[in-house]
Amino acid sequence: MSDLVDVSLIVNGSEVSHRVPARTTLADFLRQTLELTGTHTGCEMGVCGACLVVLDGQVVHACLSFAVQASGSAVETVEGLTERAVIADLQEAFHQRNALQCGFCTPGMLMTAYSLLSQPGVPSREDIRDALSGNYCRCTGYEAIVDAIETTARNRAAGGDAAAREEIDA
Amino acid sequence: MEALDAYEQAGSDASYIAGGQSLVPALALRLQAPDVLIDIAHIPDLRGIELKGNWLRIGALTRHAEVLAHPLIRQHAPLYSDAAPHVAHPAIRNKGTLGGSIAHADPASEFPAMTLALGAELEIANRNGTRRVAADAFFVDLFQTAIEPGELLVAIHVPVVNANHRWAFHELARRRGDYALVGCGILADVIDGAIAQIRIVFFSVGNTPVRAAKAEHALIGRVIDADAIAAAQAAVIHDLDPPEDENVPPAMRRQLARVVLGRLLGDIARQAP
Repeated sequence: MSDLVDVSLIVNGSEVSHRVPARTTLADFLRQTLELTGTHTGCEMGVCGACLVVLDGQVVHACLSFAVQASGSAVETVEGLTERAVIADLQEAFHQRNALQCGFCTPGMLMTAYSLLSQPGVPSREDIRDALSGNYCRCTGYEAIVDAIETTARNRAAGGDAAAREEIDA
Repeated sequence: MEALDAYEQAGSDASYIAGGQSLVPALALRLQAPDVLIDIAHIPDLRGIELKGNWLRIGALTRHAEVLAHPLIRQHAPLYSDAAPHVAHPAIRNKGTLGGSIAHADPASEFPAMTLALGAELEIANRNGTRRVAADAFFVDLFQTAIEPGELLVAIHVPVVNANHRWAFHELARRRGDYALVGCGILADVIDGAIAQIRIVFFSVGNTPVRAAKAEHALIGRVIDADAIAAAQAAVIHDLDPPEDENVPPAMRRQLARVVLGRLLGDIARQAP
């Protein structure tokens, strides 16, 4: 069980290779080996959604994969999405609407919202709540989070991503 | 298959891992602690969805999100499509596999029950070849199936629905994505307006998915009207023996099952002939 395995994958656009114990979860690999601590570990059993990352284009729980299983894949964390500025409008909307208190759940919330808003159409509040069913927030009661995601969805639909970001910059 | 050899070599304490969405939580909670994990997620033979005559072959590694969106499943095995939005949460559906869910056989899960409702057959590989087991003989007990140690679920074969079929799915859960308090899927063969054959399968009511044989019997040969629905609801009480549970007592589950059955039969009655 303590056997070491070679893990090579692309994280936020950069190739990384490390030798880690076979049972190292992807979440622990990101946090402890790569020191990318934006991916949070909450329940570590796939319930709370704080550890969500993008794995080969799909949002998944980093706590429910072993790092070795992601070998050869491309992973993007909240740090990567932030650097690429693809969720800048979403993050601004969270800030404006005060859609976090302690912030522990926020990276996972952003991941779920990123995935939802990548799909065509403007989601209803019901759609947003449905998408967030796998993300726990113990502070806010979700209302402000739903508001922030809805606002971002509408802004994007109204003006496209570029216009929304200009508005924030101004 | 290399994976079967790997299991043999590992001795008794090995487990296959596909999507890992049930297994990894079980490891985290120390409910299971196998020495060896054999990753089967990249075996091509376990992938793919194809129509072969009157059967739809669904590879065991088909992910829940694919089940949700795949047009062949929607057309030919629609109870899986109807159930898929209720299976866990979007991120789990991106990784969890249909075969994994069926082999895990959680009695509260949607897909094992729909496998039984659809009358599917399970293709199981071992080192001597493969065998097919009917869903009616597959779910043995709590988390126990006809899969023997070392064997691997390869594919799910579903007899395709035809123009005479009606179907409906419904579950009651406290929140979206939670395990159902009670859920049910029905596949009915309706000829000249009357029920010729019907499969009614409940989940979250016992140790396995449960076919409601007495309720089915009450409906055979009948047009689904208020009397027929009442007869099926009266019968279904005797089909179910839910476990003691301080949050959801057996009497409550039986009552919820009556409600769910009534709604589903109403749905089926309203479907165009």
